[in-house]
Amino acid sequence: MEFIYYFGEVFTPISMLLLIGGTIGGLILGATPGLSPTMAVALLIPFTFHLSAVHGLILLGAAYTSTVAGGAVSAILLKIPGAPANIATTLDGHAMALKGEGAKALQLSFISSLFGGVFGVFLLIFLTPVLAEWALAFGPSHLFWLAILGVTVIGSLESNSVVKGLLSGCIGMWLATIGFDDMLGVKRFVFHSSLGGGVNIIPALIGLFAIPQVITMFANGRFDQDFERIEVQKHPIGDAFREVFKRMRALSIGTITGSIIGLIPGVGGQIAGLVSYDQAKKFSPEKAKFGTGHSEGVIAAEAANNAMVGPSLVPLLTLSIPGSPTAAVLLGGLLIHGIFPGVDLFENHPEVAWPFINSMLIGQILMCIFGIYIASFAARVAQVPKSVMAATVLGLALFGSYAVQQSMGDVYVMAVLGTMMFFLERFGFSAAPLVLGLILGPIAESNFVQGSMIANAQNGPMSYFFSGTLNIVLIAVVVVSIGYSAWSELSARKVAQ
Amino acid sequence: MKKLLSALAISLMGFTGTTALADYPERPVMMMVSYGAGGATDFQARIVTMTAGNEDALGMPIAIINKPGAGGRVGWNWFATEADKDGYTLAAYNIPHFIAQSIKGGVDYSADSFEPIANWGADPAVFVVGKDSEFNSMADVVDFAKANPGKLTFSGAGLFVGHHIAALQIEKAAGVKMAYIPTKGGGSAAMKAVIAGDVLGGVNNLSDAYRAVQAGSIKILGVADLERNAFLPDVPTMKEQGLDVDNASVNFRGVMVPKGTPQEVIDQLAATVPEMFAHKKVAGKMKQGGSPMHIMTRDEVKAMWAARQTTLEELLKGL
Repeated sequence: MEFIYYFGEVFTPISMLLLIGGTIGGLILGATPGLSPTMAVALLIPFTFHLSAVHGLILLGAAYTSTVAGGAVSAILLKIPGAPANIATTLDGHAMALKGEGAKALQLSFISSLFGGVFGVFLLIFLTPVLAEWALAFGPSHLFWLAILGVTVIGSLESNSVVKGLLSGCIGMWLATIGFDDMLGVKRFVFHSSLGGGVNIIPALIGLFAIPQVITMFANGRFDQDFERIEVQKHPIGDAFREVFKRMRALSIGTITGSIIGLIPGVGGQIAGLVSYDQAKKFSPEKAKFGTGHSEGVIAAEAANNAMVGPSLVPLLTLSIPGSPTAAVLLGGLLIHGIFPGVDLFENHPEVAWPFINSMLIGQILMCIFGIYIASFAARVAQVPKSVMAATVLGLALFGSYAVQQSMGDVYVMAVLGTMMFFLERFGFSAAPLVLGLILGPIAESNFVQGSMIANAQNGPMSYFFSGTLNIVLIAVVVVSIGYSAWSELSARKVAQ
Repeated sequence: MKKLLSALAISLMGFTGTTALADYPERPVMMMVSYGAGGATDFQARIVTMTAGNEDALGMPIAIINKPGAGGRVGWNWFATEADKDGYTLAAYNIPHFIAQSIKGGVDYSADSFEPIANWGADPAVFVVGKDSEFNSMADVVDFAKANPGKLTFSGAGLFVGHHIAALQIEKAAGVKMAYIPTKGGGSAAMKAVIAGDVLGGVNNLSDAYRAVQAGSIKILGVADLERNAFLPDVPTMKEQGLDVDNASVNFRGVMVPKGTPQEVIDQLAATVPEMFAHKKVAGKMKQGGSPMHIMTRDEVKAMWAARQTTLEELLKGL
């Protein structure tokens, strides 16, 4: 309970000012497509040069928590996920916004982010040593199976057809093979210099989600002069809290899945939201409502992506290994002040480590308060005329994909993928499984290659990939996941007949 | 009067003409880092350029932009082919990475595409094992590798980077075959594999390994450099342990400009940048962060690049 003594440091005027500034700034940066949490934290690092270690880290901690939650704003209102963490939020969140329930969706997302986030930070505070062992337990073979588990989710994400979902996933996985391969040192599918580094996930995300919408809006705009005005329903905040508590199952599935997956170095943050969404859907008696603007979908996804924040820092704080790109940036923020993370961090630098963690707790609460305040007027976005909206989204998409690495190449990639997605959507394919393929492809591939190399030096691939408790558990979960999808598909067909 | 005016105009023109260069830089300068934000190169680049705005340095701030991808190839390709050659676009280099990549081919640059300005850091590769490993010296590692050819797995951050070069040199010097496992996700993924026991050993950056030793999770068996390092005075070099490994794998980081940049600008940068690196504020932050500094002037870097070119060509010939 040592951390309680250090709350004093967080409640000094300067710290509070930084916390509030970091939270509001983080929400805005997070809501801007293209500015992922990693980018936002990296942008703030130079400011921390001039702050003391404690103040710098308080600012970074607050910004990290609120950017992850802020990504929900553009996911819900514009159907553009600010970062991979928010992909699952678009599925039901945007559907809610289209029904005029944008305010409700935002409130639900910030409240469930608060619960998930606080749970995750408490795990970080109380269970760090245990969790560190868990994080290390995942070797190449386990990460490979975990990616395969993610692939099984792909089929069920697509609501109308499993086959089309899997096909979209395959396209995503193929896109992921483009570029220089660092494991084998070969060039693959590089036809233009801007593809040398492969397809960057953020521009792809923006293109696949935003561009089809923009094209549709422009196409309909002329005939849409007096489009039906979406009634923006006011939603009392008390009702939102009651709703979240009523959906306890989705909230706890999101929180627990998010914290567990968040812990795994190199994988966590990107798929926590999607896997939790899928789990919540499988356990829900109202499966058919998912994807049509069901509150459980938003709650599970947003609880998960904030629950991942705390555990994702475990490998960094205990082993000095950044488990995610954002953690790598935070490591820079620690090193600049001469603080070396490691098991004895909390003994050597308690005056820095604890306020940093506390700031993430207080940051969650501030994030929820300011987020709900933003929600009260941000939901009006639904009333903006389509023509204005199309231009705004296009502007944001161009800005966001250029900003990732100041590269016009990324803008082309965004535009090409987006246009391709517009046509694919006409044939019933959707963007979420495609992006999941893009994320999981490299994880599955690199861990398979690496695992095979290690296996060949040892007893061969069979024993490396198929023995050991963790491997067998993961394979079993994969089998159950596939079996369950097949069974529910078949029984749904029977009902239809 | 007319004559006087035109004379005045001409002399003024001459004046502005010369000051245009003398005034360099008159706007902020950009520096491209071909690795992601938060990586060691990015982190150090931000520190060493933090005093650029001071009057005794450039007098203008240096802004860092990141163009990561394909182990640095994306950024350096861009720098060699598209960057402005006016002195307002600098880049960070990593040796031996970009030279090794250019020898291997498939990229738009070679050492001749760039003009070095100055070197700020040198991060040697070290051989690391888990804290409970049975290996306590490089001799143990070599003995195991001799008894079990191709079975000693060791990790490093990708191919044709310092870690890979060190791995090749160690194998060559000991005359053994080991299993180099390149990881995706840089040095930290390679370090994780060592700590978690996924592999038996690994090659990693001295700066990262130094932190991991402080955290108590690994042992460092040897430094692939000519001399012992100030951060790790107790760890012997490879040479001291009988392995003929020089400093070809040391990750040198510094600043360069594209070929074709005006000579005056290069000269001015070459004169001021090393002093900027030597600023005590910079040195203090670098030391705090556990990043070894090694300042070299333009001429010294030129010689180092040429030496690397020869060594790496020979080393990578068989691959």
